[in-house]
Formats: sequence, structure tokens, C-alpha cells
Amino acid sequence: MESLVMRSGGWLLAAVLAFFALAFSADSGFAIHMGIIMLAALITLWVTLRGADYSGIAKGTLRNGADQSRYDDDPVRWGVIATVFWGLAGFLVGLYIALQLAFPVLNLGLEWTTFGRLRPLHTSAVIFAFGGNALIATSFYIVQRTCRARLAFPSLARFVFWGYQLFIVLAATGYLLGITEGKEYAEPEWHVDLWLTVVWVSYLAVFVGTIVKRSEPHIYVANWFFLSFIITVAMLHLVNNLSLPVSFLGAKSYAAFAGVQDALTQWWYGHNAVGFFLTAGFLAMMYYFVPKQAERPIYSYRLSIIHFWSLIFLYIWAGPHHLQYTALPDWAQTLGMVFSVMLWMPSWGGMINGLMTLNGAWDKIRTDPIIRMMVMALAFYGMSTFEGPMMSIKSVNSLSHYTDWTIGHVHSGALGWNGMITFAALYYLTPRLWNRQRLYSLRMVNWHFWLSTVGIVLYAASMWVAGIMQGLMWREYGADGYLVYSFAEVVAAMFPMYLIRAAGGVLYLSGALVMAYNIWMTIAGHLRTEQPMTETPYNEAADRPLVPVAAE
Amino acid sequence: MAENKRIDHPTGTETVGHEWDGIEELNTPLPRWWLWTFYATVAFAIGYCVVYPTIPSANGAPGGNLKWSSREELEKTLAARQAELKPIHAALAATDISALPGKPELMQQAIAGGAAAFKVHCVQCHGSGAAGAKGYPNLNDDDWLWGGDLATLEKTIADGIRQPEHDATRFSQMPAFGRDGILQPAQVEDVTSYVRTLSGQEGMSASARRGQALFAANCVVCHGPDGKGSRTVGAPNLTDGIWLYGGDRDTIRQTITNSRYGVMPAWNLHLDTVTIRMLAAYVHSLGGGEAAPAPAPAPAGATAAATPAETANGGG
Repeated sequence: MESLVMRSGGWLLAAVLAFFALAFSADSGFAIHMGIIMLAALITLWVTLRGADYSGIAKGTLRNGADQSRYDDDPVRWGVIATVFWGLAGFLVGLYIALQLAFPVLNLGLEWTTFGRLRPLHTSAVIFAFGGNALIATSFYIVQRTCRARLAFPSLARFVFWGYQLFIVLAATGYLLGITEGKEYAEPEWHVDLWLTVVWVSYLAVFVGTIVKRSEPHIYVANWFFLSFIITVAMLHLVNNLSLPVSFLGAKSYAAFAGVQDALTQWWYGHNAVGFFLTAGFLAMMYYFVPKQAERPIYSYRLSIIHFWSLIFLYIWAGPHHLQYTALPDWAQTLGMVFSVMLWMPSWGGMINGLMTLNGAWDKIRTDPIIRMMVMALAFYGMSTFEGPMMSIKSVNSLSHYTDWTIGHVHSGALGWNGMITFAALYYLTPRLWNRQRLYSLRMVNWHFWLSTVGIVLYAASMWVAGIMQGLMWREYGADGYLVYSFAEVVAAMFPMYLIRAAGGVLYLSGALVMAYNIWMTIAGHLRTEQPMTETPYNEAADRPLVPVAAE
Repeated sequence: MAENKRIDHPTGTETVGHEWDGIEELNTPLPRWWLWTFYATVAFAIGYCVVYPTIPSANGAPGGNLKWSSREELEKTLAARQAELKPIHAALAATDISALPGKPELMQQAIAGGAAAFKVHCVQCHGSGAAGAKGYPNLNDDDWLWGGDLATLEKTIADGIRQPEHDATRFSQMPAFGRDGILQPAQVEDVTSYVRTLSGQEGMSASARRGQALFAANCVVCHGPDGKGSRTVGAPNLTDGIWLYGGDRDTIRQTITNSRYGVMPAWNLHLDTVTIRMLAAYVHSLGGGEAAPAPAPAPAGATAAATPAETANGGG
């Protein structure tokens, strides 16, 4: 009873505080944010009061909570739904801004719908909302199973999920209202940053707590990657967002750093957000779902150790390669480049370990569309982690920098690697989490696979062509010794490439819609009557080398 | 856990002996090609750090064995480019623009340079095809407000149009006939009708006839008795189909009511003489360039110092 009073009182207090912050706010954007926070606190209060076990309290026999013999999967289930939802939202905004670049009239002449405001909405929606929810959900799923332990701090785990959704809503509405720190991938202002810090530290507590109470003697490699991701993102977030608010009741703040120091801090953050959020975190997913789906052991334990430590040691230094040929001192540019080059093999270690785990199960690529997605994800992971070090080389960078080649590179990684491995994980998780016999339709997974793959190929290929064309046109000197093209002429030349890119986006979004339908029907408990995909059954007895190997 | 080690059948490799949720790990050694490529990138990194700047220097001096710096490389590249163009620019600086047509090669070089400079400085208003826009003249046709020969173009670019606080700028100002009450709204309407007859867009009407009288009293000073305009004061020709702001009734009524006051920057405040000369040559080459006016039919005016001529311009 006391805890119920304490909790409801806490939420009520939060709502009242938010109300006063709203009433005395210095600007309308901050007022809207405080309104959202007040609403969230009131909803939580209502849920707390409504869900309380009053008869249990009255009888003095409090519910013991959930079944301790099962894993705590509620936040994972919510996470799967949130991932699908934010994924669709993020892909849709991405398609829209791609079309804005081809047809500027789509900016609609409204400040809220300009490219400048929708672009961070897209990047944050796909990276932090889609990717972040996928990471939180899968990490909660994987850490419980590989530790043989229920989540530590179950209430905190629920707070992490809902708190993260509130962060997403605050960030997204902020972008549309024009509230931004102007730092790429770190746009939310100070008050949203503080909230994310609270959520993220709670996430760390739940994750580490679960590892601490594990029943397994060793910590599985996926958890090393998750842990490095959570800790490093916390550090990056705190340092890059150091800033001083103009007013504690207003949205605007000024960064603690200035000039090239600020730029370097920003790209130390930006690059390692890619390194630890989109690489380490998703490698953790790969290290669990690939061996599970392939039903094969991990290819090499030694490789996983070496590539883990080399990856996290080298990645953190590579940020300056985003600032080649700028005011950044030459020595820092050199370091950014050489650390990026050295990063090539450590990155590929993950690809090798993923792909070679299929040794003995390669036939599944033919029969299992989920494995097919994982293989495609690893292939794109390998491509973009080769392309990245290559683009960091100064002479390549002098051509590629500021062009759409970078956009193509990012999307071959994001759509190919992060997207595909997440889709595969969602397909693996859904029937298990909702206790269904199988997915609604495996054939739809196959459709999703092909729509996405063709979409990525259109996207990446058009942006490679566009980027290299842009770079070459910008630097082209005529025989008379003058630049040949004006900037606007280069923009005009990009138009057909922008159309192809948007077409790729349409395909990718259609694939995601197919997935959303498939997952929806699976959760609803339907099975599509269709020819089974696995037409070549797996015969383990026959799947052996000819030379018999001694069993002992 | 070591006791759980087993040989994996499909690969014939021993497992490490750990198991998590059914996932085992093989004890496969590091792939050799992976390891050696990794070593190679590390060796490359070390070598690169020896040759290129790696250690911060107090005074920002170039580091590394090559003593290379990105700033120095940029300076050298720019200097090399400048050295290439130097003789051409020197020749252009020494050649009066009216003498350019006599030197076809130099003219070509000037046009090339002008095209590049145009893309940087002029396309914002005149468009990348120099076709202009409402209020910004089309430079491809032969309809010129202030004149289309090389020397006139050069002056227009150098001193601009109505550049504030610039004595040499081309200046004229059409009165705001309607706004300032010089003409009543009905009269503005009549002048509009008449102006549209000049370009053959409307036939003569009662309104146009009334307008004709008003035009003669108020407009011919600048636009001339036949409405063909005057380059001395930049007054546009009203008899052709080319309109800077528009030739429909509404736009003409607006122009007469409020007048127009188009401004072009005086580029000699921003650019050097040679660039301006090259820009003039380029604009001249676009299609509407005119030959220099026949020399000195009125020697007194043509050879007079620049100042009185400009005073005359300013009087429009």
C-alpha cells in the first residue's frame, strides 16, 4: 500500500512540476515539451492506480508478481512492436525527404515540414527509435537467455522501455518545432538529453544487474558487445551534450565547446554512435540470432575475442576522419585516417564469424528466408566496413567528402546491415515471444527479403553514382583553367539519381509494410495456408564428410 | 566447462566447451589471411604516421618526414593555378575592353574566365542560363536597358545599377505616378491602356487615347515620344514583347503606380578589374552583344571626362 502511494504520489508530483515548468516556460517549444511530459506522468499515474491489486492489498496478500520460472519478456514484446512502428515511421519520413530533394515543392513552404527539420526526424527515427528499440528489446531477450536469469530490476526495465519512448517523442516533436542543438545525431536539447541520461543509466543498471545475477559461468560474446555499446553510448552522450541552458525554463542551450574543438567532439560522438550503436550493438544481435537460426556453433571463439577488443579499441579514435581537409590539425586527421584503416579487419572479424557460423548449414540460405536475410545483412556489413576505411583515406576522402557517396555508404550499412539483421531478429522473436507455432507466413519473409534487397541496391548504386559524379563535377577544371560547373548545375545533374534513390526507398518501405502485416498476423495467432518454404529437408545423418571422424 | 568439449561433425573442429542457450563456439584458429591483413594495415598505419604529421607541434609547423601539411598543399595548388592564368590575366589587364574583339584568342580566354565567374557571382539573380527572372534581365537577348556593347557592359558590371552610396553607379528613378498622386487611379488606368497599345497587346480605345495624352505629358521624357525607351537613363523600350516585370495590365498598372527600383551590385567593390572585364566579355558573347557604337559622331560628348556623362545619367 505504501509503495503504491509513494509511486502514485511521485508521478503526480512529476505532473505538477511539469505543469509549473509549462506555465513559466521561456518559449513555446519548451512549453509543448513540458505539456508532453505532464501528459506522460498523468498517464503513468492512471496506469499505476488502475493496475494496482487493491484486493491483494486489502487482504494483505500481495501478488507475488510474474511467474519466476519464465523469462521476463513483456518489455521485449513491447519492444518488438515499437521497433516495427518506429521503423515504418522512420522509413516513411526517409522516403519523403528523398522526394523533397528531387521535388523541393514538397517542403510545402511550412517551417515544420522543411528538409532541415524532417531530416533529423528521419535519422533519429531510424537510428534511435527503430534501431534503439531493437537493441533494447533484443538485449533484454538475449541477456536473460545467455545468463539463464530473469531481468534484474523488472520495474526499472519497464521504465527503460517507456522512458525511451518518451525520449523519442520529445526528440521528434522538438525537431519539428525547431528545437535543436544543431549537432548531427545529437540534436535533442539539454532537457531531453538529461532525460535520456536517466533512462540510459537505468538501462545499464538492468543489463549489468542481469549479468551479475547470471547462472552461467561465462559471459557470452553477445553480452560483451551489448555492454560496450551501452557504456560507450553513455559516455559519448554525456560528453558531446555538455552545454549550458540559456534558461532552465527554456529549450535553448549553448555547447561547452566551440569551433574546431566542438567539431572534433561532435564527430568523436558521431562516428562512435555508428561504431558502438550501429556496429557493436547490432553485432551483439548477430552473435545470438545467427547461431540460433542456423543451429550451428559460432565459427571461432578466438576470433570473437580478438575482433571484439581490437574493434572497441580502434573505433574510438577514428572520428577525425569526418573532418579531413578542414581546420582540424593535420596530425589529428592522420590519426583519424590510420585508425580507420586499421579498423577494417577487426570489423570484418564479425562478418567472418557470422558467415562462417553457417559452415555445415549453408543449404539453409536456399531454404530459410530468415537465414537469407542474415547472410545479406552480413554481406552489407562487410561491404560498408570495407568502404568506410577506404573513404577515410585522404585522397579518396577529398573526392567523396560532402557528396552523396557518404549517404550511399551510410545507407548500405543502415538498410543492409542494421535493417536486415533487425528484420531477421524480429522474425525469429515474434513466434517465440507470443508462443505461436510459426510465423504467419514465411513466403512473405521471402517477399520482404527481395523487396529490401532490390531497394538497397537501387539506393546504394544510385548514391554511389551520384556521389562520384558530384565529386568529379565539383573539381573539374576546363582546358581554360576554370571550374567547369556551378553548384546549381551539379544539383540539376543529380535529379535522375534522386529519383532512383526514392524508388529504392519505396521498395524498402513496401518490404517493411509486408513485415508489419506478417508480424501483426502472427501476433494475432493466424497461420497463412501456403506451400512450406523448406522444400529440401535437412538430413543431418547425410550431412557429414566422407572421411569418418573419430567421435572422441 | 572444459569437459563439454566435443568435435563438431560438419566442420571437424573442436568446440571450446562453453554453451549458452544452446549456442556453442568452435575453437577455430584465427584465419591466417585475416590476421596477416590486420598486421598489414597496422604496418601501413605506422609507416603513414612516420611520413605524415602525427605529433601535435606547438606552432602548427608541418610534421612527419615529408614535412607535409594540408595548408601548404592547398597554397601550392592555388599558386600553380594562378601561375597558369597569370599571363592571360596580365594581358587582359593591359587590354582595353573595346580592343578585345581584335584579339580573338584573348577574347576566348576572357569568355572562359567570365563563364566561370558568372557561375559564382551572377547566377543567383540572372540564372545559370543567364535567362534572368522577373525583375532580373535576360542577358541572352539583344534588349538592353543601358547598352550591350563591351565597354557599356563592363561599366554596368563594375559600377552596378543604383548601388547605394556609389557615385559612379548607373542611376535613374521612375516616379511612382500613382502612389505619389501625380496621376489619379483612372489616369493610371488610361496610361496602362496606352502602353499596351505600344506593344500591340491592345487596340486603340477611348481609354488609350486619354492615356496617350498623359503619356506625352509625363513619360516621353525618358521613354521617348514613340515609347522606344532611352539607354541614357535605362528606360526600357515599351514597344517590344520583352518585359522586365511583366506586360499584363496588372503588372503595368503596378509599375506605373509604384514604379520600380531594380538594383545590381557594383561589382568593382568585390571583384578585380580583370574578372569584371571577363564577365563583360562573357555576357557579350551570350547572343545579344552589340558592336561598339560608331566612334564619335559627337566628339565633345564622347571624349569628355566620365563625370559629366554620369551626371547626365543620374538625372533620369
